[in-house]
Amino acid sequence: MSFARLGATTLVAATAFAMPAFAQSEIDSPECVAPANPGGGFDLTCRVVQTGLEPHVSEPIQVTFMPGGIGAVAYNLFNTTRTDDGSAIVAFSTGSLLNIVTGKYGAFDETDVRWVGTAGADFGAIVVRADSEYEDLSQLMDDFSSDPSSVVVGAGGSVGSQDWMKGALLLREADASPMDMRYVAFDGGGDAIAALLGGSIEVYMGDVGEMVPHLESGQMRILGVMSPERLEAPFAEIPTAMEQGYDVEWTILRGFYMGGEVSDADYQAWVDAFEAAYATEEFAAVQAERGLLPLNMAGDELQASIEERVQNLREIATEVGLLSN
Amino acid sequence: MDAVFTGLATGFGVALDPFNLFLVLAGCFAGTLIGALPGLGPINGVAILLPIAYGLGFGPESALILLAGIYYGAEYGGRISSILLNVPGDAGAVMTTLDGNPMARKGEAGRALSLSAVASFVGGTFAVILMSLFAPLLASFAVTFSPANYVALMVFAFASLASLVGKSTVKTLLGAVIGLMLATIGIDANTGVPRFTFGIPDILAGIDFLIVVVGLFGMAELLTLVEHQVSGKLKSLPVDKSFVRMADLAKCKWTIVRSSILGFFIGILPGTGASVASAVAYGTEKRISDSEKTFGTGDVRGLAAPEAANNAAAGGAMVPMLTLGIPGSGTTAILLGALLMFNIQPGPMMFTQRPDVAWGLIASMYIGNVALLVINLPLVGLFARMLTIPQHYLTPLIAILAFIGIYTIVGNPFDLLLITGLGVFGWILRKLDFSLAPVILGFVLGSLFENNLRRALSISGGDWGILLQDYKSIVLYALALIVVVAPIWLSRRARAMEGDADPRG
Repeated sequence: MSFARLGATTLVAATAFAMPAFAQSEIDSPECVAPANPGGGFDLTCRVVQTGLEPHVSEPIQVTFMPGGIGAVAYNLFNTTRTDDGSAIVAFSTGSLLNIVTGKYGAFDETDVRWVGTAGADFGAIVVRADSEYEDLSQLMDDFSSDPSSVVVGAGGSVGSQDWMKGALLLREADASPMDMRYVAFDGGGDAIAALLGGSIEVYMGDVGEMVPHLESGQMRILGVMSPERLEAPFAEIPTAMEQGYDVEWTILRGFYMGGEVSDADYQAWVDAFEAAYATEEFAAVQAERGLLPLNMAGDELQASIEERVQNLREIATEVGLLSN
Repeated sequence: MDAVFTGLATGFGVALDPFNLFLVLAGCFAGTLIGALPGLGPINGVAILLPIAYGLGFGPESALILLAGIYYGAEYGGRISSILLNVPGDAGAVMTTLDGNPMARKGEAGRALSLSAVASFVGGTFAVILMSLFAPLLASFAVTFSPANYVALMVFAFASLASLVGKSTVKTLLGAVIGLMLATIGIDANTGVPRFTFGIPDILAGIDFLIVVVGLFGMAELLTLVEHQVSGKLKSLPVDKSFVRMADLAKCKWTIVRSSILGFFIGILPGTGASVASAVAYGTEKRISDSEKTFGTGDVRGLAAPEAANNAAAGGAMVPMLTLGIPGSGTTAILLGALLMFNIQPGPMMFTQRPDVAWGLIASMYIGNVALLVINLPLVGLFARMLTIPQHYLTPLIAILAFIGIYTIVGNPFDLLLITGLGVFGWILRKLDFSLAPVILGFVLGSLFENNLRRALSISGGDWGILLQDYKSIVLYALALIVVVAPIWLSRRARAMEGDADPRG
């Protein structure tokens, strides 16, 4: 088959695909930037829009990678050179917001970019081994109150990262100083889970989404989910920390931002695509497939939510001693 | 044991399906090419092709078989540019340059390529056999490996690598220190404080291993080539038709066996992979069998050791991923992601819930290893011909490929500057007669050593006693001591015996 013929066939096939019953957003070579190496959480965030938004944009979305400084490289690039790039959205998570708050993203803050839409949410989970002495959260919290350094806590991020914050919030709730936490930083959740199973650490501060493969094996027990309300299956059996009487909540919001000088028309095209996708069952299915729970916000709604979240994070970070003032 | 054989029977049933068989072969071939390109390794190959495999709508077992084919194909391919060009294709292939490239320079490129293909085959196959027999047992052992045990393992690794000492001990130590220093760049995991980043956001997360390898090794090698060409010292090599001989295999059969075992066990441990495995295997082998001091000058055993080890480690890394759902390396982390995309939960349940996928993947690893040997041996002559390409074409071509490779993964122009800068630095080090291998090893082992030491101390609350608390650490420290002391003692004894036998007068 000649290349011309191949091209023509592909074109026909593409046109056949591109006949949806609803309006599509016109975006020139749309791109989703995952500010990390392939395979991680930001990759996953981009894959959600790549599949979930596909019927709602005029061209397929390309996923590209821009690792460096846990998102800092991308944040700086979109604040200095690609500020008006209307084709590209960049993935972020609550961890990125925390980095903005603690100044790891340099001089730029949350008001310098335009927040477009979300891919979904994940929640913190307090995990122990199946044969752990901790049967419920209250036993753990009692130990945190009486002697915080008696419990070895581990997670996949450094001190001051969002994984650490989940533990810090627990200690704060137990009236202990987060700085007294015996915290072990691992290189990613996988290594930390291995250390939990091997008995090196007693408590793992993880995320609900990553626990799905481990739920049925019965090797681990989730003491509490750090969501505002009880989650649906397969987590319906697991009580939240709130239900157990502890005011700790950690939502990992996953979504996208654009450069600060993107035109309103370009921004709106993306917002429309997100809102169109949110209305479909297919998008919910894509979210579930990737282990995310629905938390759908786009445009002004997200903008407002981000401002509130960053404000909240700033307060928490100050209280747990990450910020000096 | 019965379960293993029925499982394998199911697995071969899946993997020998003509379409899946074709995917294994296609994956292995594509993987070999990806691995051979400097800068692109297994992790990028799998990551780049994952969305394609998913998008083509294959069944989960087919997609996984294709990706796994690419994974071990790339482990194979990494050695080609190491041997021919002295430019490691990926992290696990650094040690392969030490004896592989001198062989190629002596006109034995074909011999080196074919020998390493055989060593890789044995290492890879050994890993799959151990994996299919004892996977669950091995995985539950691997997770009990605590940060304190990793510290002991790193001490053992450093001890076995002390044998790498080249012409000057001081320069080797300095090289390792430079590597350690490079490893400290980035946000410190235990305190969250950025170290030596000088406000540059691009290095906040540290310098990627691949950048160091391609920069220090690849770019420095190219600069040396250009320098030789300018000064007219470069001689072109004749087409070489050498091939591996039975005598070579006989000479390194125990090397291959030892390195396969070592590589497999290091591969199982979460957090250590092919690069650590090949380095430790090379160092140990040099300690054990380099009585004529020929390692580093083109010794077949120095080539076989890291090749057997890195392929065994690639297989070993699959063990915790399949049985516990814990990735043992970056590449298996992506494979794990692939399983989740297909709604398959890896872990102990996978073997009962989806035996077709679990055993199909294992069977495809057997087939993949055979396929790689079959694909690679006839191509040896073709690869070896690359050396006859005139240098003024080859050098810029490699440079372009390396730049494209690095840019493809990361898409950050800063990294191109970084590999260039590291290349100039590496070239200067070579001019000063430094060997670059200690720098790379200091870099890999240093960060593992530091992170695990600090983890161990966080766990114990600052009590150093934790380092000696269990038998695994003590065994490793004892081994480290043996590795350092035994050669000295043996050579003393040999000298003493010579002295005794020496007739008076």
